[in-house]
Amino acid sequence: MGGMMQVLFDALSLGSLYALGALGIALIFGVMRLVNFAHGDVIAFCVFALLWPSVDAVAIIFAGNLPWFLLIPFTLAVGAGISVLSEVVVFRRFRRANPAAMMIASFALGFVIRYFLLMLFSSRPKSISLLPGLSQPVELLGARIPLLQLITILVTITVLIGLTAFLRRTRFGLEMRAAAENFTMARMLGVRANRVIMGAFALSGALAAAIALILGSQTGTANIMMGASVMLMAFIATVIGGMGSLAGAVIAGFALGGIATVMQVILPPDARAFRDAFVYGAVILVLIFRPQGLLSARGTKERV
Amino acid sequence: MARPSILARTIATPLILSALLVAFALLAWVAGSRPFNQTVIDIFLQVIFVVGLYTFVGNSGVISFGHVAFACLGGYVAAWTTIKPMMKAISMPGLPDWLMQLELPFWAAALAGGGFAAFWALAFGAVLMRLSGIAASIATFAMLAMVNSIYSNWTSVTAATSSVVGIPIIRTVWPYLIAAILAVFIAWAFSISRHGLALRAARDEPTAAAASGVNITRVRLIAFVISGAIMGAGGALYAHSIGLVTPDTFYLGLTFTTLSMLVVGGMSSLSGAVLGVLILSSLIQGLRWLEAGVQVGASTIALPGGVQEIALGAVMILILMFRPAGIMGNSELTGPRPGRKDRATGNGQRSTKGS
Repeated sequence: MGGMMQVLFDALSLGSLYALGALGIALIFGVMRLVNFAHGDVIAFCVFALLWPSVDAVAIIFAGNLPWFLLIPFTLAVGAGISVLSEVVVFRRFRRANPAAMMIASFALGFVIRYFLLMLFSSRPKSISLLPGLSQPVELLGARIPLLQLITILVTITVLIGLTAFLRRTRFGLEMRAAAENFTMARMLGVRANRVIMGAFALSGALAAAIALILGSQTGTANIMMGASVMLMAFIATVIGGMGSLAGAVIAGFALGGIATVMQVILPPDARAFRDAFVYGAVILVLIFRPQGLLSARGTKERV
Repeated sequence: MARPSILARTIATPLILSALLVAFALLAWVAGSRPFNQTVIDIFLQVIFVVGLYTFVGNSGVISFGHVAFACLGGYVAAWTTIKPMMKAISMPGLPDWLMQLELPFWAAALAGGGFAAFWALAFGAVLMRLSGIAASIATFAMLAMVNSIYSNWTSVTAATSSVVGIPIIRTVWPYLIAAILAVFIAWAFSISRHGLALRAARDEPTAAAASGVNITRVRLIAFVISGAIMGAGGALYAHSIGLVTPDTFYLGLTFTTLSMLVVGGMSSLSGAVLGVLILSSLIQGLRWLEAGVQVGASTIALPGGVQEIALGAVMILILMFRPAGIMGNSELTGPRPGRKDRATGNGQRSTKGS
């Protein structure tokens, strides 16, 4: 029983990470049809924002020394800031461009951010201790799970509930959903395009920062490539969930986390190293049967 | 008067591009210095990669982030088939016996690499080509990650993430030149072939093309296999140019450079693909030289590492902002011909001039 609980919590916490990432991508895709490849590098940027620039192996913790009630808002603000900045500087000029051009531009922007970090911090992974109190294990229903895992799951659930309430109950959320449904029509009915898009970028950046905090305290290292693997899974989650469907992205994120964890358990030890390859393979299988994704959002189908 | 055939009307493009490549090779031969020689070899390899990428992306309009995976497959075929059996037994003990004993010349390894990559392109493509647009692009990305994750973990066959050394190094420019010219001609021949034209039609007007009987999935798959083969052969030659392979040689970095070269040159133009390589390679070379440091008076000025990639990314974004169709747009380099006007109207593509 304890073992089962362990697997369940592993799956939920991994799935939470993927779901948060997928949500950040789907939010932006929903309002402006941009597949934001720079999202993973925003995550890395948020972690490095806590360090002072140096190329040494030992990280000089700078903002990371703040107490948690300041640290968390600071990181979220950094994430939202860099994300909005990328919108204002780069993506604003691509309003009329086709989605493919925007996608490549975001890929290039991601590289610019990554190598900017490399220039300041070098490519060596650095060890950091972020929120060290969270690594203690707690006993729950017969399983010993790290406190961080529990917090990750709780935070994700809170974020999901908060976001749902925001999108359903506030005027801004309504505008955002309207923009996702039919952007031109929403503009004609008085939704301010730039405000909605900047709001989506800020939310997505804050989600990236949340992932950064979780990843940073989970792994204890800062690495300029750290966003890449989460990001890839998050992308796949958005595709499986049906591009632009927020609920689909979240469900697919949790599903991917679940599949990855279960594979880790049931695969023979020799094959465990190939876990991710199996997950990508499973994804391709899903796409054979449902090329539009599990829940396809309205308005994303290519019309004639 | 009958219109000249499509072959006669477009043959100038590959000829001009080949002449351009030959000029580069002669330059390297005359200069005779080794670093410069290596630079020119690198440029030819990039031409092969970018032309391979163009064969699919340019004709189909579907952005692929996964083509470097085929270069990875080809590169490892070169490692499996050309390293001396004794060294293979140490670094990759899991190879089957017949492969362990095999020792091919480099050109045969390049062909084998192309064939192996084409086989996998067929297998992956049969699934991926059912998707379209952005979902297809992300799925190709997943394919790249899948290949990378397999090759960086399969210790007995690919030596995992450590580099496989001992691949015979070919230092002369000529084989690479010939391969690059071949790639250009294959890409050109495909784009004027029946399937190539059908695919371009499907790119510009999918509904009309499908209504006229074009099987979009099938023509895309054909392009995917051909471009996979070119990438695979390129990957094998790449392995022979530096003498070692690692899975990370063929991952995001190479994807980024090849894609940026294609975007800057012009995604839907073969001339754009080649020119993009030549222009960006010169830029990269210049920046590398600055990163290494330049003597100004008594002091050395060096740019910090990473500037090269940042500049490349910035150039790419600026081109996408101000000239989204790339330097060449939809047009090709052609010699002065009287039939030009005829083609411009017959082609039915919107001119991108002045955009």
